[in-house]
Amino acid sequence: MMRHSKMLQGGPTLTTTEATPKSFPPPPPAGPRPNPAPEAAIERVLLPTGTQAWLVTRHDDVRQLLRSPDFSADFTAPGFPVLRRVPPPDPKRSAGLFIRMDAPDHTFFRRMLTSEFMIKNMRTLEPLIRQTVVGALDSLTAAGQPADLVEHFALPVPSMVICHLLGVPYADHAFFQNRSRTLLAWSTPPEEAQAAADDLRAYLERLIDVKVAEPGDDLVSRLATERLATGEITRDELVGLSLLLLIAGHETTANMIGLSALVLLQHPEQLRELRDDPALIDDTVEELLRYLTIVRQGLPRVAVRDTVVGDHEIKAGEGVIALLSAANFDAEVFAAAEEFDLHRGSHSHVAFGFGVHQCLGQPLARSELRIALAELTQRLPDLALAVDPSEVEYRDAVIYGVRRLPVTW
Amino acid sequence: MSALRIAVDRDACCGSGNCVMTVPQVFDQDEELGLVVLLDPEPPAERHAAVRQAAHICPAGAIDLTES
Ligand code: HEM
Ligand code: SF4
Repeated sequence: MMRHSKMLQGGPTLTTTEATPKSFPPPPPAGPRPNPAPEAAIERVLLPTGTQAWLVTRHDDVRQLLRSPDFSADFTAPGFPVLRRVPPPDPKRSAGLFIRMDAPDHTFFRRMLTSEFMIKNMRTLEPLIRQTVVGALDSLTAAGQPADLVEHFALPVPSMVICHLLGVPYADHAFFQNRSRTLLAWSTPPEEAQAAADDLRAYLERLIDVKVAEPGDDLVSRLATERLATGEITRDELVGLSLLLLIAGHETTANMIGLSALVLLQHPEQLRELRDDPALIDDTVEELLRYLTIVRQGLPRVAVRDTVVGDHEIKAGEGVIALLSAANFDAEVFAAAEEFDLHRGSHSHVAFGFGVHQCLGQPLARSELRIALAELTQRLPDLALAVDPSEVEYRDAVIYGVRRLPVTW
Repeated sequence: MSALRIAVDRDACCGSGNCVMTVPQVFDQDEELGLVVLLDPEPPAERHAAVRQAAHICPAGAIDLTES
């Protein structure tokens, strides 16, 4: 650590003859839990793109960093740490993707969407979520035993719900699920990932034309009539917003549902407790979010001025990665962090990030997870894995998850 | 009895809703922008623990507490 700090004083472009830093990300773990948190609070790591970044692992430091105006989330900012090679930034393709923007642009787009996803509005959506969940469980049981919980339940539920909210026809799910899978898999070459994103953009452009001509009661129609028609946002920006919501809206929750079912099945006593006392679902979901931290590769940022994280100096132009999965296993905050314990009170987890970019869709994700897991555990009390846990295959993607989860009931 | 006075900063708020989830009796979000609305700036003692938790998990640092 000390050695690295001294090297840093030489400036941000660190050509070192000393031991090469550890590679990041490490190979994925063989189970539902993240890799053990690195020992160092902050250390230099080497990214697959050949650049280096500071890996920040403590709960306090991760919170401070993600809340600090000294760091930018703008991936066009000099020094921004990228995990995989990407084609040069292109304004048409990055329009509206406010997850990688700073204030004031970020604030402008986020405020346009915040009330759509707030808790109050999710409450009114809950009957529809429940109906979707029950319908998916019926199709799971109709498929015959064993059946794949991912295909019949974990993936369709959030896909149907985000389609309903956005006004995207669910009938097109095979297309957009396929493209977002390609986009998010680490193994996809950059050109192919870009082609997948372009396919989705072209699809959404056509959808926007339809909504402009015949607005419905959905988010894309509202944005088209209230923001696009008024000139507040451009067509490319509306495409970007829709793309971000469509992908973030189904991939994340789908992976959480699949992994959560696996973890609950691996903790039968806590599963029984939850079944006997459905009021435990809120705490269970928070603990699952902490324990699984599906955004495994952490959140990238770049320092825009010389600053300090914890007691560590970071120079302007240096990249940092806030490792959420390490922060969520910080023993100072979560005692016996490696244990799954739905009674621990996990509310201070950072699975949704922290700072002004903290997940916009978290009220939706929570409603979906609570209803999906409550109905699954109540309606299928004999749910069991149909394979040995060691045979479960994981998805090596930007968002961690299981590929398939064969179950019986 | 200790008193707890809350101030919120709507300019800093990013509408995460964490405060509303934690203490709906004290925090709300407006319909238009989804930003924090303070319902009760000096909540009774039985809500203090929850209010402190809400301030702690507010991602934007938009909730300020003064204890006296
Ligand atoms: C359990 C499920 C989910 C997890 C774990 C999750 C996680 C995250 C994380 C860690 C971030 C922060 C990214 C950053 O700071 O760089 C984020 C941002 C975001 N998430 Fe989620 N998410 C989930 C579900 C959803 C859903 C259902 C939506 C649907 C609309 C959504 C939409 C977004 C958007 C739009 C952002 C960008 C917010 C901003 O930059 O201001 N997420 N999410
Ligand atoms: S927790 Fe903070 S950012 Fe979230 S709504 Fe409340 S005040 Fe705003």
